[in-house]
Amino acid sequence: MDAIDLLIVVARVVVVFALLLVVTLLNVWLERKIVADMQNRIGPDRAGPFGILQTLADGMKLFFKEQVTPRKVELGVYLLAPFLAVIPALLTFMVVPWGRPIEIAGRVVPLQGTDLNIGLLFILAMSSVGVYAVVMAGWSSGSKYPLLGGVRATAQAISYEAAMGLSMVAVVMFTATAGDGGTLSLAEIVARQQGSWGDALGIPALGWIPRWNLFPELVAFGIFLIAAVAETNRAPFDLVEAEQELVGGFHTEYSGIRFAMFFLAEYINIFTMSAIATTLFLGGWNGPTWEGTVPAVVSAVLPTVWFLVKTYAIILVFFWVRATLPRLRYDQLMQLGWKRLIPGAFVWLILSTVVIGIRQFGWPWT
Amino acid sequence: MGVMSELWKGLRVTGRIGLRSLVGRGIVTTEYPKEFRTKPQRFHGRHVLNRYPDGMEKCIGCELCAGACPAQCIYVRGADNAPDDPNSPGERFGYVYEINMLRCIFCALCVEACPTEAITMTHLFEMSVTSREEAIYTKEELLMRPDGTVPHPRPDDPYADLSELEVADGWVRATAPSGSAAYEGVKMWQDTAGPASWDPEPDQETRDA
Repeated sequence: MDAIDLLIVVARVVVVFALLLVVTLLNVWLERKIVADMQNRIGPDRAGPFGILQTLADGMKLFFKEQVTPRKVELGVYLLAPFLAVIPALLTFMVVPWGRPIEIAGRVVPLQGTDLNIGLLFILAMSSVGVYAVVMAGWSSGSKYPLLGGVRATAQAISYEAAMGLSMVAVVMFTATAGDGGTLSLAEIVARQQGSWGDALGIPALGWIPRWNLFPELVAFGIFLIAAVAETNRAPFDLVEAEQELVGGFHTEYSGIRFAMFFLAEYINIFTMSAIATTLFLGGWNGPTWEGTVPAVVSAVLPTVWFLVKTYAIILVFFWVRATLPRLRYDQLMQLGWKRLIPGAFVWLILSTVVIGIRQFGWPWT
Repeated sequence: MGVMSELWKGLRVTGRIGLRSLVGRGIVTTEYPKEFRTKPQRFHGRHVLNRYPDGMEKCIGCELCAGACPAQCIYVRGADNAPDDPNSPGERFGYVYEINMLRCIFCALCVEACPTEAITMTHLFEMSVTSREEAIYTKEELLMRPDGTVPHPRPDDPYADLSELEVADGWVRATAPSGSAAYEGVKMWQDTAGPASWDPEPDQETRDA
């Protein structure tokens, strides 16, 4: 570890940080534009070309706004909550690989914040910490609407975290069969999705199907997507900040830059969740790079492009669903979580365990 | 699976509309300051105090409009005409004429009450003000010039539609100035506010002949 290594580490972190902020700016604008399109409206089109700088303008406005602190707040917790929302949101993405490792000056640089060997656990931990921010913001505001929002956040997070974790377990177990032993590292999970199903199963006719976890774990993918929407508190699961009943929900008493931090965290989480879904199910940055036929720079950048394309495909589905579905009632939310998703995830986990076991060890009676 | 098919049904609607809007069709928003929606013919906009073709004010200061106004936003004070330099035909004229636009509900009862059609409504609807005093329109702002044009509040505004003040509202358009049913079918109203473009009504003897 010398100075250059250190520099590379810093550069990786800064790049991830910048990527998240830029992507958030774009996503807020993109969502408003797409939802507007789906509602026969025009959407933001004043700031910059196609209104693309709208979020920047909004952010700057929020930055200079007065930060109102109500008298009844629990000050320490109240001030801590926005940071507790943003920091885990930023950290979660650090373990997601967003491109093929590249070689700079004889060193292999993985395009990833850091490759933790417990990457998936880290993601689950961080997204749970993010929920604390919502709970703490709701409780410390000393006002009834934020409190109700916070209580809902707790219940919702517990309900959907379980389903999400179970669908991840199915992926991890499946990944273990694809290589040498089990792994929780996201870089390794992506690496094991290289190639095609034709090669993996020895059936040349299936050579055109990429070896993504999506195909064997389709049900887990569906459960993961639904749970991800609920985890990020987005419509139709946005009971935490249901405007019509709870004003702004947990962030009702926040203004100025503190509100902006909650907002930022929400949109970073959307991107991160889509990126994780891409990594776990859609093969991460895997994709054709046409090595040798195109310049080396292009084939080095292409994996990142594939990663972004897949991630944005999922994000677009999020936006589409948001523009379409009405908010669930609270009991419907709980029933979907506990009576459908969690049993469904369990059944799928057991099924895929049995199938994997039979593939590994053969039929139990032989 | 019923849920899934219903979900897909909903997604198809938003998806279809989204794709249609993406190519720029079916968008209902009009970019207002740049483009105006066509206003209905009988749109009730800001008032205007009319003049006769010879430049005389139509208002006779009778205060019937103020009496008819349900919001009590009109204040009129009449005064006697100077015999050698009259403002209006007849004895009296509207010396003070003020309308408080913060109170006005644009019902046009004043237009109906007016015996001389001195007050009519136009299609101007942009009346934002920065103080309460500004919201009280005085006779200087409401009265048309002797040449029949109406002073526009923001004549230099590139987005302002200057023709709005030229369009008289439906009540005037549908009624003959005399109010006489004998003139049904005869065009006794005009398309624009301002001096009448028609010939004066024939006198009693010609009409009876």
